[in-house]
Amino acid sequence: MDVKDKMEFPGQVHETPDGGFILSKLDDIINWARSNSLWPLAFGTSCCAIEMMQTVNAKYDWSRFGFEVMRATPRQADLIIVSGTITMKMAPVLKRLYDQMPDPKYVIAMGACTISGGPFFYNTYSVVKGIDHIIPVDVFIPGCPPRPEALLHSMITLQEKIKHETYFKKETK
Amino acid sequence: MTTEELKQVMTDLLPSSTFDETGEFLNVIIPSEELLPVMKTLRNREDLFFDYLFCLTCVDWKDHLMMVYFLNSRTHNHTIVIKAKITDTINPQIESLFSIWPTAELNEDEVFDLFGVKFLNHPNLRRLFLEEDWVGYPLRKNYEDEHMIEL
Amino acid sequence: MLFEPDHYNEEGEFVVNMGPQHPSTHGVLRLKVWLDGETIKKVEPHLGYIHRSIEKMTESLSYRQFIYVTSRMDYLSAHINNQVCALVVEKALQVEVPARAQAIRVILAELTRISSHLLWFASIGLDLGGVTPFFYAFREREAINSLMDENCGARLTQNFMVPGGIMKDVLPNFQQRVKEVLKQFKDNYHEYDEILTGNVIFQNRLKGVGILTKEDAIAFGCTGPTARASGLNCDIRKLYPYDGYEKLQFDEITSTGGDCWARYEVRMAEMKQSVKIIEQLIDNIPEGEIVGNTKKVIKLPKGEFYQRVETARGELGVYIVSDGGTTPYRCKYRSPNFANLSAIPHIARGHKIGDLISIMATIDLIIPDIDR
Repeated sequence: MDVKDKMEFPGQVHETPDGGFILSKLDDIINWARSNSLWPLAFGTSCCAIEMMQTVNAKYDWSRFGFEVMRATPRQADLIIVSGTITMKMAPVLKRLYDQMPDPKYVIAMGACTISGGPFFYNTYSVVKGIDHIIPVDVFIPGCPPRPEALLHSMITLQEKIKHETYFKKETK
Repeated sequence: MTTEELKQVMTDLLPSSTFDETGEFLNVIIPSEELLPVMKTLRNREDLFFDYLFCLTCVDWKDHLMMVYFLNSRTHNHTIVIKAKITDTINPQIESLFSIWPTAELNEDEVFDLFGVKFLNHPNLRRLFLEEDWVGYPLRKNYEDEHMIEL
Repeated sequence: MLFEPDHYNEEGEFVVNMGPQHPSTHGVLRLKVWLDGETIKKVEPHLGYIHRSIEKMTESLSYRQFIYVTSRMDYLSAHINNQVCALVVEKALQVEVPARAQAIRVILAELTRISSHLLWFASIGLDLGGVTPFFYAFREREAINSLMDENCGARLTQNFMVPGGIMKDVLPNFQQRVKEVLKQFKDNYHEYDEILTGNVIFQNRLKGVGILTKEDAIAFGCTGPTARASGLNCDIRKLYPYDGYEKLQFDEITSTGGDCWARYEVRMAEMKQSVKIIEQLIDNIPEGEIVGNTKKVIKLPKGEFYQRVETARGELGVYIVSDGGTTPYRCKYRSPNFANLSAIPHIARGHKIGDLISIMATIDLIIPDIDR
């Protein structure tokens, strides 16, 4: 899908002499706003964090997609990009960081280490073999480390996922 | 000092020391009880002056543990490897070198964590990398862990 | 995060934890700090939040495989980490590395050093409150990463080394691309000086802060720019040359200040020296083989081997005990950051807590290299 299509306002704008009105669904508006203003937590444990920093920078510039500000505290963040290996000692800290984030919150597992332990799967005693043992994950990105393009793709995928969330839709049986 | 001179010095210092010259540096194997006085001399004597401990580790040879100390002198630029043999693998103990080289503190913590060697007179001996309640010493050859998947 | 239940101890000192999730620790370092007001009384590092048991893994990896894991240790000097592993195998087997492979290794290693120092420049700006250096430095880092990507196949963790040489030959336009990157770096270098070096606020936060004397640097085993800023000649490229560094002309940058500002100046000057090294080599890459004569399955002779290189942060040593098999019996990495870290509690004592950030930023720690 073209990036330009995503940014369109989800609804119809009717122009009237006294200022106009919009016609849309509340869910769509919320999802549209939320998906384009995800604030990631500045959380990096190893190599993938460097690629994440490259993605922040001018060449890749994830601000284009609304991931503008990196927050240093989990209380202001709504997306955690787990970039790097999680060890047994780090696992309680990661869980705690996740618990401190306000709902709704999302998780991107960046890199092979976070998917399965990656290069550190065999013969290691201290690596958590996949962060989905600890926290729920929305998007996985393979790679060691993934390219910045892959990280951008995962973020667009996450936006896509958010756009299909429902809050006000009535359950019909 | 050349290797031969160092060898002579070590023989004078500790007649029970044995040598191994297969590697790049002179390896001197000493009993673990003699470690602290030998190291003090190596550090403080003017013509030796090994002021730089650049690598401290341990090797598990199943029937004994071998502490390995790489020493270098920044003034004289000679290098020596001191190995201290610990025969008791159940409850290994050795003197800490923190009083001679401050860099030994964290290195000895690491060896305690991964090999279980207890350092006497260490200021703050603790598990450095693993949790306090971790069972076993992972770099020992007989370490077993049900979570470890072997290839 | 992770506060102790009793924040104040008996002496009325406030105990606070920096990390493991803290933006200025560049990873998951946890420093337990005892404070009296704002003054640091004691610092105790707590490690292991990224301890990935690399040394244990290495015991079951072959001598061709164990190289790749080291890229994940000090990921900013990934290429140089691989180099030490290749060198130790070559030393044990007494393989001669072809001149072409050596030249390419050194060029890439120095590019790695520049890009590592660039990232340090970016993060020191961020830590001390300026965002713009981050964007400036990453502009050049990106160029180096693209060059690595074209030639090695990976941007960050290159894994370009094999025992005896390099994995494959570089592209035909390698020389031209390196020159472009260097030109971009040299053209933009003055911007770094303009934005940070001349900045009075920045200078005040570094000058006279965190003084490490030469004696302490030796006693704590510090190496790299950290120790050279204290006047210690410890450049492995000069002391124990490898891969043809003995044939190259470059200066070992030292300073006598020993404070954060001296460490800053040393690193800034080292980038220029790396450019100088690459310029000597880039037009004189010899033709010929890229891999020396090694067997498919490598078996090291029985014995012990130690090899060291100069990474962007100091002396990286690898100590391999071989029992004659296809895998190491024991492998120990003597990492530069581990030794440099042990100096932090000493030099931070008596400073204000804000200065701890400057000290950590100029010592430039990479946590996975400490924990391994």
